[in-house]
Amino acid sequence: MTRSTPVATTLKYVALAGYLVFLAFPLFWLVSTALKTPQELALIEPTWIPNDITFDNFRAAFDEQPIVRSILNTLLVAGVSCLVTVVLSIPAAYVMARYRSVLSRMTLVWVLLSQIFPFILVIIPLFLLLRDLGLYDTYLGLIAVYVVWSMPFALWMLRSYIETIPIELEEAASMDGASKVRTLRSVIAPLLAPGVVAAGLFAFVSAWNEFLFALVLIRDPELQTLSLTLVKFIGAEGVARLGPLAAASLVATIPSLIFFAFMQRRLTGGLLGGAVKS
Amino acid sequence: MSATAVTEPPRTTPPQRPARRRGFLGLDRDGLMLAVPALVPVVLFSVYPLLRGIYLGFTDAQAGANAQTSFTGFENYRNLLGDSYFWESFRIGLIWAFAVTILQFFASLGLALLLNQRLRLRWLARTLALVPWAMPPVVIGIMWRLVYHPNAGILNDVLMDLRIIDENVDWLSSFSLALPAVILVGVWAGMPQTTVVLLAGLQSVPRELHEAAAMDGAGVWQRFRNVTWPAIKPVVVAMTTLDFIWNFNSFSLVYVLTQGGPGGETRLPLLFAYEEAFRYGNYGYAAALGNAMVVVIAVFVVFYLRQRVREANAR
Repeated sequence: MTRSTPVATTLKYVALAGYLVFLAFPLFWLVSTALKTPQELALIEPTWIPNDITFDNFRAAFDEQPIVRSILNTLLVAGVSCLVTVVLSIPAAYVMARYRSVLSRMTLVWVLLSQIFPFILVIIPLFLLLRDLGLYDTYLGLIAVYVVWSMPFALWMLRSYIETIPIELEEAASMDGASKVRTLRSVIAPLLAPGVVAAGLFAFVSAWNEFLFALVLIRDPELQTLSLTLVKFIGAEGVARLGPLAAASLVATIPSLIFFAFMQRRLTGGLLGGAVKS
Repeated sequence: MSATAVTEPPRTTPPQRPARRRGFLGLDRDGLMLAVPALVPVVLFSVYPLLRGIYLGFTDAQAGANAQTSFTGFENYRNLLGDSYFWESFRIGLIWAFAVTILQFFASLGLALLLNQRLRLRWLARTLALVPWAMPPVVIGIMWRLVYHPNAGILNDVLMDLRIIDENVDWLSSFSLALPAVILVGVWAGMPQTTVVLLAGLQSVPRELHEAAAMDGAGVWQRFRNVTWPAIKPVVVAMTTLDFIWNFNSFSLVYVLTQGGPGGETRLPLLFAYEEAFRYGNYGYAAALGNAMVVVIAVFVVFYLRQRVREANAR
């Protein structure tokens, strides 16, 4: 570390403080709004910290049937997508890791392509396809789409996990006469648990946060996911509704917050901690 | 080398291929059995739709039960060129993508440089910097709507207290302010990713290099230019290219904030395409818009690849 002058150090702390404010104040305002009474929200001069903190907004948000319903919908869609993604990805990721196949390369290309193509090119044909299959406006259709769109990345994650498992273990299993499928099930799968959890959480959170596919592929209010319901809330936003809207938004953030709390070690340990090894 | 070898080349048996590389995609029966359950849905629900989407851009596909689709060649593109909404949305899309990418880059670089030093409260900044990543885009949009809210928003309150403005501003409904306002949200939302990548890049710079440069009397700026920058430049080029493409393709955040309004001032290309397809039912035209976006994106990908090639040659 090179020594810095007191002036430089002060400047650094001023800059850091600036960043902290920029990053935190929208969050602070979301929480503050969620805890205010309707009367307080209607004040001409908004208060920063609620005068009397209330949790009524959360109750109001939950009393609105659509919110509870859409939380359950989202849990179902994201949960099933996550399971299916993982179940389908593990064998394929195994093949990518252990075979000298073009599949591995193709998947990488697909991961990249799926990142750069404008969604509109995919979503119109998907809409037409699901309609023809009778899957438009169904959980199943949305789940299929979520599975497929989180799969490239899940495959990529799982593949790198599998590559860390010594191949000798498998060779031993196959010497003992186990088939590929059997080896995968009883040797690889148990060792893969952390990778599976990471890929599964990724798939869950992608589905939980997703908006555009749901907007196009779901119409029935009964089937709406949380993002859709929240956006609907916006339209009818009198000042009094801001509180429940903020509360519902906070609730919608919980799953991904849990995911990040879980992943933080990997993120900060792996990336922020400085261990950048390819 | 013997004479016979010249006239009659020695029969070299081709190197034995590894037993596993055979059959479809280089997979044996077991391999196929394991890969097919994943491959089939990917091909059905993503490869096929993408190809069909590109094709739709050359047709007059419309919504409606008995609409006939026929191949129309470049007619959609001729129409696009004469469509002022198209030019407007691409102009806004480019401004948005450039502004967000560049501002996000500098903001994140500053933050990453700070996080790379031993400062107090660094952990707090690290945690906060990751939070936007953990929020659904819809929630980020709603949160900032609360911040920008003309009466109940904190931004007007602060600016009034600082006497920068003297009456409440309706940020997201103002023709001149809506685009800057959504750009700021874009920067906020995209900072975590960029910061994490830059920080990783910074931390791969050997500390000894810095110390050696400092011993030679290099100042802060010189050390950044001659030590840090060359080391992180490849990461920066890759990341800003991807960021630009993502931003050019973005939808949810702006949809939630303004729905493209006021008067189309924040109508990004994808919002325009979405409206064309799902409000007006012009599938072919919307897909053509998507193809036009691909052209813009391709320019950036080519630029990136050229940069890569140049770096590889310079080595």
